[in-house]
Amino acid sequence: MSPLDRIANVSILKQHEVDKLYKVESRPALSSSDQFCFLVRPRIRTMRYIADIVNADKMSGRSRKYKIIFSPQKFYACEMVLEEEGVFGDVTCDEWSFYLLPLDEDIISMELPEFFRDYFLEGDHRWINSVARALQLLNSLYGPFGKVYGIGRCAKMSYELWRDLEEESEGDSQGRKPEIGNIFLMDRDTDYVTALCSQVVYEGLVDDTFRIKCGSVDFGPDVTSSDKSIKVLLNAQDKVFSQIRNEHFSSVFGFLSQKSRNLQAQYDRRRGMDIKQMKNFVSQELKGLKQEHRLLSLHIGACESIMKKKTKQDFQEMIKAEHSLLEGFDIRESTSFIEEHIDRQVSPTESLRLMCLLSITENGLIPKDYRSLKTQYLQSYGPEHLLTFHNLKRMGLLTEQSAGETLTAVESKVSKLVTDRAAGKITDAFNSLARKSNFRALSKKLGLIPRVDGEYDLKMPRDMAYVFSGAYVPLSCKIIEQVLERRGWLGLEEVVRLLNGNEFSVSDSAAEDNPAWESQRVVLAVFLGGCTFSEMAALRFLGKERGCKFIFLTTAITNSARMMEAAIEAKA
Amino acid sequence: MPPPEEALKESKRAVNSLRDIVDDDDDDLERVSWSGEPVGSISWSIKETSSSSTSSLEGRDSSLQKGSSSYAAFPKQVSSYSLSSLFKGRNKLPSFQSLSDALSDTGVKNYAPELRRPKAEYKDYNSDWSPKDTVRRMQRGKICSLERFRSLQDKLVLLDEAVAGHDGNVITAVLIFLKRTLRREILFRELELRQVALCHLIHFLKETGEQKLLLDLLRFLDRTEEVALSQYREHLNIQDVEKRKEFLKGCIGLPFSAEDTSHIQDHYTLLERQIIIEANDRHLESAGQSEIFRKYPRKASILNMPLVTTLFYSCFYHYTEAEGTFSSPTNLKKTFKIPDKQYVLTALAARAKLRAWDDVDALFTTKNWLGYTKKKAPIGFHRVVEILQRNNAPVQVLQEYVRLVEDVETRLNLATKYKCHDVVIETYRDLKDRIQLTAYKCKVERGSAEEEKINSILNNMQIRWKN
Repeated sequence: MSPLDRIANVSILKQHEVDKLYKVESRPALSSSDQFCFLVRPRIRTMRYIADIVNADKMSGRSRKYKIIFSPQKFYACEMVLEEEGVFGDVTCDEWSFYLLPLDEDIISMELPEFFRDYFLEGDHRWINSVARALQLLNSLYGPFGKVYGIGRCAKMSYELWRDLEEESEGDSQGRKPEIGNIFLMDRDTDYVTALCSQVVYEGLVDDTFRIKCGSVDFGPDVTSSDKSIKVLLNAQDKVFSQIRNEHFSSVFGFLSQKSRNLQAQYDRRRGMDIKQMKNFVSQELKGLKQEHRLLSLHIGACESIMKKKTKQDFQEMIKAEHSLLEGFDIRESTSFIEEHIDRQVSPTESLRLMCLLSITENGLIPKDYRSLKTQYLQSYGPEHLLTFHNLKRMGLLTEQSAGETLTAVESKVSKLVTDRAAGKITDAFNSLARKSNFRALSKKLGLIPRVDGEYDLKMPRDMAYVFSGAYVPLSCKIIEQVLERRGWLGLEEVVRLLNGNEFSVSDSAAEDNPAWESQRVVLAVFLGGCTFSEMAALRFLGKERGCKFIFLTTAITNSARMMEAAIEAKA
Repeated sequence: MPPPEEALKESKRAVNSLRDIVDDDDDDLERVSWSGEPVGSISWSIKETSSSSTSSLEGRDSSLQKGSSSYAAFPKQVSSYSLSSLFKGRNKLPSFQSLSDALSDTGVKNYAPELRRPKAEYKDYNSDWSPKDTVRRMQRGKICSLERFRSLQDKLVLLDEAVAGHDGNVITAVLIFLKRTLRREILFRELELRQVALCHLIHFLKETGEQKLLLDLLRFLDRTEEVALSQYREHLNIQDVEKRKEFLKGCIGLPFSAEDTSHIQDHYTLLERQIIIEANDRHLESAGQSEIFRKYPRKASILNMPLVTTLFYSCFYHYTEAEGTFSSPTNLKKTFKIPDKQYVLTALAARAKLRAWDDVDALFTTKNWLGYTKKKAPIGFHRVVEILQRNNAPVQVLQEYVRLVEDVETRLNLATKYKCHDVVIETYRDLKDRIQLTAYKCKVERGSAEEEKINSILNNMQIRWKN
């Protein structure tokens, strides 16, 4: 499902005299229609595609009208391409300032998966304006945010740009009662570890296994146990899903079978009903029961399919290796597990993910391991992945332990050329590209690995670690928890240092703290570069514990596979 | 708080107004709308503002004059600018109506009030915006002339302001202007000191495919490894294998790290081999003489496949070939220094798929100096078992390897799972676990050899059972 599907389906578009729909790709759109409307993201490749269409029409003497609607905004570079291609003026341009897509009651997505690569790999700030505008929009909808916290360079820049926009707009949200009391902005690179872990809460597992797109999933024949695929919207409206989405996978089965038994009992009540009762039953309850039945069988099918796939993939063994990496035990053993994973060509993204996890938890691979894993990876999955390794290195996701030295050499070379003040800036820029993760130290400082005394009861979780089988509290969520608790960064100085700084905390004087306001209990968690379903589950849990409500704003829903794919170099 | 669904509905409503695009297209008014004009480009605005052109107005202002009498006082470009600013200014409406906003700007209703705004609002249009204001305006999507930033100093101040403004779109726009108006060495020199801007230019050049300029820039920056990688990357776009091969040959001399140079060399050699193998095998297959190709027709070409896939292929089709041929597994192993572990895993998978159990056996058999044979594997035997099992190996084959699994618990698990009764029985015997052994009796067939074996062990008085 695409974002547009969530708003207007094909029949609505047809009603509005849209003749045919085409996907913007390299193939030409063959149509006899005399007007084309392109609803596109501002991308240079897309501009070339459009220009080719227009120029081909011109060559063949065909006249059409063309309209490009850029979403969420038009980029100067795109217009430059239109101009260069000689079609500027032949096409008209508009912007659709579409920033927010509500995926669920508590999830808003900007549907900008390219944010991750553009910012964290290329260092391009093109989407910061979009984030600022999204915040501005939320601000105008829900009144001023009382407290703003954040960590990360991008978070800081987005915040600053947003403040800029607000000041200009002369605060028409002023004096409004705030509905969102707290907002927390976080860069994805503050915590790569969590996003790299295998997900084991139901929603995360469904995403990892089937890929949830725009809040909807395609369940194939293996799930539906028919020959058809079914598209299912996964959100709070789905009565079955909403009760299991945040649960650890191991508790889902029990829940589903309990639910099935209840359903059976409901149906069984028919027996012994008289005609009138039967009539009531059919008119009032049956539809609901049928609906529930349908949902139940879908989710049961999904569980079965997940189980089958995971058993095949040695999921158990993989989780074990992951947990060792998180805890920092048996590193050699985990390394050879990863090696074997690569050698067996299990999956290119999974292999990469595990290597990244090893690298980040260990602050880089030792050079010998790096070389050998890289060589084997190239042999297993193709030599062109040389480029992928380079990308991952630049993002700081997969590094060699000696990499820090070469970086310093470049830095000092550059520093010699400039004044101190500018040098500071440069160092900063370098830091964003490849910095130390300090995961081990952070983990210790924040107690991310819960001490096990006895069995961790996954059905009755005691902390956010349940989203990773009780083995690890997601770093991102822990930071949010700590800052909210302390109402700032005070006392977290060491943590901030390990996270490479760029923290901030601001109170909006216009929205004075009023403890009586319900808004104090609402937290908007903004993830720049993507948020995982596991993180949402963890924060929903935290919310329940602390009596507050989290709302998520993310540039896109992410998971480890999507992150790895963003680093893989494809042909242009 | 209004629930997001409400917002979604808003968006739907907004989309419903999509008709406007189509309907208004033929409207007179459309011709005067800002979006109908070639506005928005930096160079356009530059052209327009530097000449006091009114030519574009001809034949178009009749409808405009209906809108507002004060309009005539402004040159054409003012209207395009003010319309766009109107459109921009409405962005922050407290709803998700943005699409209808974007579309409604074709209506006369919308620009009329704008035109009646006090003149003071426009007075500065032709005057000089400060670099900061210029950046600010560009961030809001407004058109700004950059042409008057002519001194290097001014250009750099503008760039620094753009970077300070955190909007990548604007940074890139300024860079496009700088790229056009500065000699590249000067631009490069200044960007070396401005890393954020530099990232933007590099990304821009990558996206627009200005490879030559990109390479010049990277060379200037002494980023030799990136120069090499960026050139190597081009091979992805070469479809023809012969051309690709030649291109890769050229890549070997690029300034990669020593380690990467050998990867590139391998890439070239691999493709070279694949081309030879592919040609031979295609011939063999079509001739129909070779049994293996008749029995297992090839599903895909081997060209551009990873090394391990190639090795699998050669273990499958060319296992017994002498080391001298390019397609023999031993040749591949030697040429590419494939580690034992990887070789064994791949060969095992290939031979197991063909159910060539003797080959599998030979793969793990080693002789020591006294001539004794022993089974050895560079991978865990549990892994061997798993691969065999996946290829439906018979129990006799399977149990031989289950027996070799060192960890007792894993061995028992595997043996039980795959019904390798002998191994289970022997393991319980070795563990002196009478209870488990007795319990296992019901897992084997009545009257079978296995049952007999259990019985004889249980009756063996010499074993000291632990329970």
